Amino acid sequence: MNLAVKDIRHNLGRFALTALGIGMLLMIVMGMGGIYRGIIEDATLLVDKAGADLWVVQRGTRGPFAEVSRLPPNLVDRVAAVSGVADSRKFVFHTIQREHGGKPLRMAVLGLDWPTDRGEWLPLMAGRPLAQNHYEMIADRTLGLELGERIPLGNDTFAVVGLTSGMIDSGGNGLAFFTALDAQAVQFDLPGEAIRLERAARRGRADRIDLSRTQPPLLDRAEGESAAIPAIPPPALSAVLVRVQPGVDPGAVASTISGWADVSVHTREDERQLMLAGPVEKAKLQIGLFRVLLTIISAIVMALILYTMTLDKLQSIALLKLIGAQNRVILGMILQQALVLGTLGYGIAYLLGQRIFPRFPRRVILTDSDLIELAVIVLGISILSSLLGMWKAARVSPNEALSG
Amino acid sequence: MSNSLAIETKLLTKIYGSGNTEVVAMRDVSLAVRRGEVVALLGPSGSGKSTFLTAVGLINPPTSGQILINGQLVMDGPRAVVDPTAFRREHIGYIFQKSNLIPFLSARENVQVALELAGWRPGKARQRALELLDYLGVADRAGNMPAALSGGQQQRVAVARALANQPSIILADEPTAALDRSRGRQVMELFAKVAHEQNAGVIVVTHDERTLEVFDTIYEMEDGVIRPGAGHAHHAMPAEAR
Ligand SMILES: Nc1ncnc2c1ncn2[C@@H]1O[C@H](COP(=O)(O)OP(=O)(O)O)[C@@H](O)[C@H]1O
Ligand SMILES: [Mg+2]
Repeated sequence: MNLAVKDIRHNLGRFALTALGIGMLLMIVMGMGGIYRGIIEDATLLVDKAGADLWVVQRGTRGPFAEVSRLPPNLVDRVAAVSGVADSRKFVFHTIQREHGGKPLRMAVLGLDWPTDRGEWLPLMAGRPLAQNHYEMIADRTLGLELGERIPLGNDTFAVVGLTSGMIDSGGNGLAFFTALDAQAVQFDLPGEAIRLERAARRGRADRIDLSRTQPPLLDRAEGESAAIPAIPPPALSAVLVRVQPGVDPGAVASTISGWADVSVHTREDERQLMLAGPVEKAKLQIGLFRVLLTIISAIVMALILYTMTLDKLQSIALLKLIGAQNRVILGMILQQALVLGTLGYGIAYLLGQRIFPRFPRRVILTDSDLIELAVIVLGISILSSLLGMWKAARVSPNEALSG
Repeated sequence: MSNSLAIETKLLTKIYGSGNTEVVAMRDVSLAVRRGEVVALLGPSGSGKSTFLTAVGLINPPTSGQILINGQLVMDGPRAVVDPTAFRREHIGYIFQKSNLIPFLSARENVQVALELAGWRPGKARQRALELLDYLGVADRAGNMPAALSGGQQQRVAVARALANQPSIILADEPTAALDRSRGRQVMELFAKVAHEQNAGVIVVTHDERTLEVFDTIYEMEDGVIRPGAGHAHHAMPAEAR
């Protein structure tokens, strides 16, 4: 006869509620672990998905995610000319927050190097890659945009032609993919008045230099488009992505390019580490610590519950001792109940989590190793927390059965 | 012939507390109970009956004195000479006034658990538990939880459990207090029957004067001292007088 099971059966409702409570607590611990893992995954997702062996960024910066990096567009061609490079691509990346349909629309804008890169590598769940070099975009599902929807950004309107799933930046913002030119246009889009003011200011500056007197056309040019003025560079790239030829050591290519005075080069692994050490480091630490705290709290709560369950049974425990039950039998009963509670709680946590976590705004990733780790922790908690109850039970004298 | 004695106590004394709060609950109690003998212990409340019974039941050690069961020294002063838990399981059946049953076990399981603790295999233990309940006339309530049983039924289940391991001594502390007169008498007669059939020594603490003819010997306790009682005490005598 299993005393632990008999007792649980007798107080089934209460035990079930307790298990549910512990299950929910463990679900939060599990979720915290999942959020932690999600932050890491999200942070490195773009780096991994972009598939570049090397990231060329502005000299001395840790760009393009950790900080702003600006490169001239012609760098793409300079890099492509380096021996061992299979291809090089523009990478334009920035975050914008606009309004759409009366709600704030926050997205990470990523420029694809049209026509070599049309977004074929993206995990499309609907629609198609980009098919023209302007006015099309691929949006992540998390942005809440529909296929075919038209989004005005700056002076242009973009049609959503494809939808991805799970493409977000380290801040959890959904990604939107444009051609690099469109991405830059969205980024550097200035209102008409700002452009007029800047042109007037340019004219003012030109007026004050001798060159404009010897070369009058310069004054006319000063009022034109930025792109038409040689002295003013066109909008910058965030990075240049490099893939090396098969069999070529990325390190060798990296050392060639980093010899140039205007750029720094990071390998894919560097870039991942920069993400983890930089933008997400604090969030990671915060959640990690929170998880530790929650685990400790769960242990305390479980210990108190098991202790209370033992207190409720003191009379029965005394009686069992009176009819000859050794401490071993009693302690076994308490330990078994602790294990049943822990196991049930864990199971409930898992089942609830499976249903609830997908509804979270950011990814909650339950990896097998994290699940196993938590299972071991719960096992440890169950055993440790039953000690308090066992300690009490071991001290009950059969005499106490008489004082009922 | 000490080996025909089921219970023998020598100068048992129990003192609760110390200093100002000291209470001498039992003083130099020497008593012998033969196998097959059924003893009633009478006395006013607070006279030390429960203290004596729990001492003999190896539940509440005396301050001084000795206890022998089946001729074997089991308590020497406050020190247990045997493992009290194991000894209780094998040799002692204990029944008290109320709250005798484990609330989360059915009537049958309450008996069965005592057998399983003594090493019976579950199947056999279950069968014997049912036989015992049948013997006590509560077989039809075997599946009920204690809360669903009347006081008398609960007490019979407790008796069945006390008898389960064929103890050589049975100790009952006011077992009929919760029962009506005829039920009380039935339980007392049962003790006598068991004592005679199983050759066990039985001590029953009781207030019920009407059931006294069931007993072989009657003792009275007052202020921690036991002496032979009146009435049916036809062959009552303290151990030292033998
Ligand atoms: N645990 C205890 N601590 C202190 N005094 C006790 C304790 N148990 C019993 N006593 C005292 O010992 C005396 C005998 O009690 P008890 O054996 O319960 O008597 P009875 O069973 O005859 O009513 C009483 O005065 C009682 O107050
Ligand atoms: Mg009493």
